[in-house]
Amino acid sequence: MFARLVYESFRRQKRRKLLAGAAITLGVTVATAMIAVATDIGDKINRELRTIGANILVTPQEDTLDVEIGGVNLKPPSDGAFLNEADLPKIKGTFWHNNITGFAPMLPVTVTLQRDGKSENLTLLGTYFAKSVSFGKEEFKTGVRITHPWWKVSGSWPDDGSRDVLLGERLAAKLSAKPGDEVALSGRTLRVSGILSTGSVEDDQVVAPIALAQEILGKPGAVRRVYVSALTKPEDALARRDPKSMSGPIYDRWYCSPYPQSIAFQLQEAIPHSHAEQIRQVAQNEGAVLTRIEGLIFLVTLAALFASALAVSAAMATAIFERRAEVGLMKALGAGRFAVASIFFAEAMLLALVGGFVGFAAGGLLARQIGRSIFNSEIAISPVLFPVILAIAVIVTFAGSAAAIRNAVRLDPVFALRGEL
Amino acid sequence: MNAGGLHPMERHSARGVAAGRAQSPHTSMFVRMLVRAAVLRRGRAVSALFAMVVAAAVATAMLNLYIDVQAKLRREFRNYGANIILAGRDGASLPADALSHVESVVAGRGLVAPFGLLVARTSDGQPIVVAGTDFERVRQIDRWWSVSQWPSAPQQALVGVRAVSVVSPRNQPFDLSFQGHTIHLTSAGTVQTGAAEDSRVYLSLPDFVLWTGVQPSTIEVAATGSPEEIAAIMHQLQEAIPVAEVRPVRQIMEGEARVLGKTRATLLAAAALIILTAALCVLSTLMGWVFDRRRDFAIMKALGASDRLLNSFFAAEAAALGATGAVIGFVLGIGIAAWIGRVNFHAPVVPRFGVLPLVLAGSILVTLLSAILPISLLRRVQPAVILRGE
Repeated sequence: MFARLVYESFRRQKRRKLLAGAAITLGVTVATAMIAVATDIGDKINRELRTIGANILVTPQEDTLDVEIGGVNLKPPSDGAFLNEADLPKIKGTFWHNNITGFAPMLPVTVTLQRDGKSENLTLLGTYFAKSVSFGKEEFKTGVRITHPWWKVSGSWPDDGSRDVLLGERLAAKLSAKPGDEVALSGRTLRVSGILSTGSVEDDQVVAPIALAQEILGKPGAVRRVYVSALTKPEDALARRDPKSMSGPIYDRWYCSPYPQSIAFQLQEAIPHSHAEQIRQVAQNEGAVLTRIEGLIFLVTLAALFASALAVSAAMATAIFERRAEVGLMKALGAGRFAVASIFFAEAMLLALVGGFVGFAAGGLLARQIGRSIFNSEIAISPVLFPVILAIAVIVTFAGSAAAIRNAVRLDPVFALRGEL
Repeated sequence: MNAGGLHPMERHSARGVAAGRAQSPHTSMFVRMLVRAAVLRRGRAVSALFAMVVAAAVATAMLNLYIDVQAKLRREFRNYGANIILAGRDGASLPADALSHVESVVAGRGLVAPFGLLVARTSDGQPIVVAGTDFERVRQIDRWWSVSQWPSAPQQALVGVRAVSVVSPRNQPFDLSFQGHTIHLTSAGTVQTGAAEDSRVYLSLPDFVLWTGVQPSTIEVAATGSPEEIAAIMHQLQEAIPVAEVRPVRQIMEGEARVLGKTRATLLAAAALIILTAALCVLSTLMGWVFDRRRDFAIMKALGASDRLLNSFFAAEAAALGATGAVIGFVLGIGIAAWIGRVNFHAPVVPRFGVLPLVLAGSILVTLLSAILPISLLRRVQPAVILRGE
């Protein structure tokens, strides 16, 4: 009898059930999409923040002081220590290798430019553009095109295996050189594949594949410094502590959190004779920006959850209120309060489950769409959330119906049947 | 919220709708019907009003946040330091009055810090980069500098962490020389940034100029504002100091633009979803309320009310509800936005009164829609059928 009542109620009142179900579905859709966006926004914004540049710098441990003004190195180029290029792929072997989006080694050397019979000293910066590097079975591309996305080239980027170079835009203007021209540097004739614009000191320099710089310096495999771009977690009190003073479990927690400090520490472990440090301008501020944006989206998600809970409650309350006459009839036929309430709750439960299921699927699609159109990457909803969302849908539907059901079962059947309140 | 509180608003709005029928004896009856309808069915009127207030509050808060988030995040991004750099061409010094010119151009729209750079020698002949600057300004503009102790007296230097071992390994006073002139310095503290600053020694600008006779060659500017405003400041700077080269710090500007754009887009999507949900909540509550009063409708019709009168009655009621809900919701929404601003950005979100007409119009539109829909359904039904309760 109970099952038949519920079944018939769905069969005969398709329009009303559809309306209430639609409200629940919409509410769950919005809630699911917002939760998915909120859980993923940190990672997405973190990746966007990487466009500001590398946040960790690796230098040789016993390096002498940099004597550099405006990108011009004033100390003898062979002075000081170097890192070994062969050690660099180990960066991808660290614990947080998935958080490292890219790295670019740099080797500045001084070259002489012959022009109009005069010779002029210039800086040639050797680096990776988009070099394929392999570590173990893993193959990945890395270089300045990933770590320094604000570098713009008119013409084409040189190939990492070639002997082509980029000229900084101010230097190119001085030499009135175009892509495709040739320049004579330190007795070598090199082809200019493009003109580089960075808005910084590189505009006065020549940028070349690192092998060329190593050849000019006469030190194969030498690297002066490595810029590493890593996805990090905003710094907190634990991050700032000195790892040497930590006890076992706290050290493990520090080591296994992607703080700029702990990633730098691991890079130092991976690359022999190196010193890795966060570039504070980038690392410190991105933590602050990230915290603000995550906080904002979290609060907005709360607002979305509240609004969808309210919408579901309103729809349920209206749906039940419209069925007072039915309640009156049931009661006149001798149904108890409990029997009436349980029918309504069973209906609400059914609606919530169906609405929750459809809403979860729709919300996942919506989140994907938001991810694609705003961030050009997917926002995936974790299936772990499914039971949580379903439970929330059922609870909210029950809570929304409770007041209306209580009013309905309290009604005097006589008034209800006469249509009076 | 009781019906008494609704009173003046309802009357006011009803007057607006009934203006065309001014002087008509029906006016007072019209208003009385409106008010009594709300008073007698207080429960349902209050729940409809509540839905409207919540929807308007959420919409106001989201729109306010959407407008304000840009300014709030730009402020966060200014902690990245300078976004404009003024430098003498080919490393030449800037004119002595350059700083005051830059100050007058920027005038409250950002922070300014001068830097002079040159290579000096330590007492054992090692080259080292020495910079002269204004410590008070650097503290403001380069907030990421981790400094153990800022210099406070003349002839005190701030030593980069990597330079410490070269100039003053035991924290003793040290000498630096430049073109035959020597300066005697004590180390006030160390600076760590993870970048070039770590291998430099910083002096106060008066000490630097007195010692070397060299004026600053670089002025860093952290300008606030939209990309257009910053471009305008750059243009003005170039005009004020034609000998300097003015260039943007592209990595900061581009990163900022990207992150701001994506955050705003996400917020807009969230706002659209939330407002849609809230509007639907109002729609379903209000439609239920109007549907519920089909008896009133039928009686009025049976007593000879014209369709026009009935429409304007329900429309006036809906508009009054929408307007009241919008105004209360607006105040509430401003409060929510201010709270979110305080909690998240540690600065209140400025109320935007430009949002009010938008919220008001949206609310009235939704309420009118949710009144008109059931009415147009009911109009086709004979009053007798409704009154018999079928």
